[in-house]
Amino acid sequence: MQTRPEGRRDLSNLGKIAGFLAIGVLLTVYVVRSPQDSMVARLVSYRKILELLGQHLYIVGISSALAVLTAVPTGVFLTRPRLKLWAPRVVSLVNIGQTVPSLAIIALSVGLLGIGARTAIIAMWIYSLLPILHNTLVGIHEVDPAIIEAANGMGMQPGHVLMKVEVPLALAMILAGIRTAVTINIGSAILAAFVGGGGLGNLIIAGNNISRIQVLVLGAALPVLMALSTDAVFEMIEQRTKV
Amino acid sequence: MIRFESVSKRYPNEATDAVDQLSLHIRAGEICMLVGPSGCGKTTTMKMVNKLIEPTSGTIHIDGRNIDAVDTIKLRLNIGYIIQEIGLFPHMTVAENIATVPVELGWSKARISARIDELLELVDLDPRLYRQKKPRELSGGQKQRVGVARALAADPRIMLMDEPFGALDPITRAKMQDEFLKIQEKIRKTIVFVTHDIEEAMKMGDRIAVLKAGRMVQLGTPMEILAHPADPFVSELIGGRQALKMMNLIFCDRLMHEVAMVDRTQNADAARRLIAESGASRLILATNGVRERFYVDSQSLTQTQDDLGAAIRPIAGALRMRASAQDALSEMLRTGERFLFVEDDSHQVKGVVDLEDLFKRVSECEHADQA
Repeated sequence: MQTRPEGRRDLSNLGKIAGFLAIGVLLTVYVVRSPQDSMVARLVSYRKILELLGQHLYIVGISSALAVLTAVPTGVFLTRPRLKLWAPRVVSLVNIGQTVPSLAIIALSVGLLGIGARTAIIAMWIYSLLPILHNTLVGIHEVDPAIIEAANGMGMQPGHVLMKVEVPLALAMILAGIRTAVTINIGSAILAAFVGGGGLGNLIIAGNNISRIQVLVLGAALPVLMALSTDAVFEMIEQRTKV
Repeated sequence: MIRFESVSKRYPNEATDAVDQLSLHIRAGEICMLVGPSGCGKTTTMKMVNKLIEPTSGTIHIDGRNIDAVDTIKLRLNIGYIIQEIGLFPHMTVAENIATVPVELGWSKARISARIDELLELVDLDPRLYRQKKPRELSGGQKQRVGVARALAADPRIMLMDEPFGALDPITRAKMQDEFLKIQEKIRKTIVFVTHDIEEAMKMGDRIAVLKAGRMVQLGTPMEILAHPADPFVSELIGGRQALKMMNLIFCDRLMHEVAMVDRTQNADAARRLIAESGASRLILATNGVRERFYVDSQSLTQTQDDLGAAIRPIAGALRMRASAQDALSEMLRTGERFLFVEDDSHQVKGVVDLEDLFKRVSECEHADQA
């Protein structure tokens, strides 16, 4: 009985993703085919846009992957009885990273690491730790203690209780944190352009410099569409992990 | 089987012991009920058996071995554990839930799969229908059956049950209790069963340990506790009307006296002689040794000289052997008769319960200790 609405929701999400991609492609084709003047024509080509798109995805992908690989295990460790006391301290430390504006983090990172994609990646990694860490902690913390006690009482190894019971039951919550982090990262990755990291932010800067609305709109629209499609992908995954 | 020796448990920052100098021997194959109000230490007592809680002092032996000397995981894998329905893992299927302990024990896939089917059949769930279901698709009673199956997976000799039927509606609860007793007849596990419901304790328990503020105030069979409550607390817990409650613990198979047969072809004199020999006042009519649902009694025989025909009376209804004295009394009040017939599972009428027997038996129990 429950598979039907889920299937329909999947279909609507697939529709959304296809729609966002189509808008992106059409917008790109329109700007490349009919640039408003030669300045735009010189700036925008399929190859150029694909290259910037690739850089953007690269920055987002690497920084998000790093954040998942660090924040999820940290969150899990911080729910273990021995480390529980440390959880509030670590969260407030990571919180500081979140309260500083993303542009400031990127600017500060330049001071330490110089310019380039690496700087952007590290800045965004720090920036996306909190939502994932926070949701991992909350997700595992909210698993019904009776279920964990049942698992322990039956004689499951502590490691199995964690991997087979606690993490699977917290998975939806953890994924929600990753979804937030990745969506924010897609937007923040525009800032990579300011430190020479490339990405679609380059289009916005260039469009602004030469005051060409076509380039500006394209540079702004593509990350938005990317964020929206990613969000829909995550929604599909979340539907599947729901208990 | 399980022996508590002056076991105490005090939780940190508490002024009194949650369990205070408890000594209790739970015998192999019995259901021992731990009953008492919340905070009496019954759950703490149970959880000390599988080391979910460590006693502050005292020792617990299982089969003569101090459980301190047994590896915690090994100990737990050999003890079935059932808590209220929430104990099922919601993200796993019924089959995966049941497989938990066998997987931990490293059984082969084929063996686990066969065991899952066997257990689902034991708890009366069709494996084909239920293996792949998730707990949220099951009713409360079905979840509890899966819980029982999961606890039995590796065939442990001991089972700990913490208010297993507490979350069920009264009708489902009664049904699950009956079914569980039926399963227990087959599996004969040693069971520690925690409940706050004295009625449940009376129904399920071979023996009942009544706990109050960490101390065991009485230990005995349901009948002993009803007949001789140790103190006002136990009396209050039982809640009066002991004699009526005892009638739930006396069953027709123990109440009835057997009734002899008389063949249809015999005459009234022969029947009168049989009645005099058997000492009972009734005879079941039979043809070629097969019992029919007709009877004659000494009174009806006065209405005939020779042929039995005029004395034959039909048996309108009969209770099963497992029916309680309370059922029997209720049936007598309903029919207005001072006796009723008892039949076995194949509907063969075996005996009669007289109102006088019932009275005698219950008042005997009131004054003696045995059931």
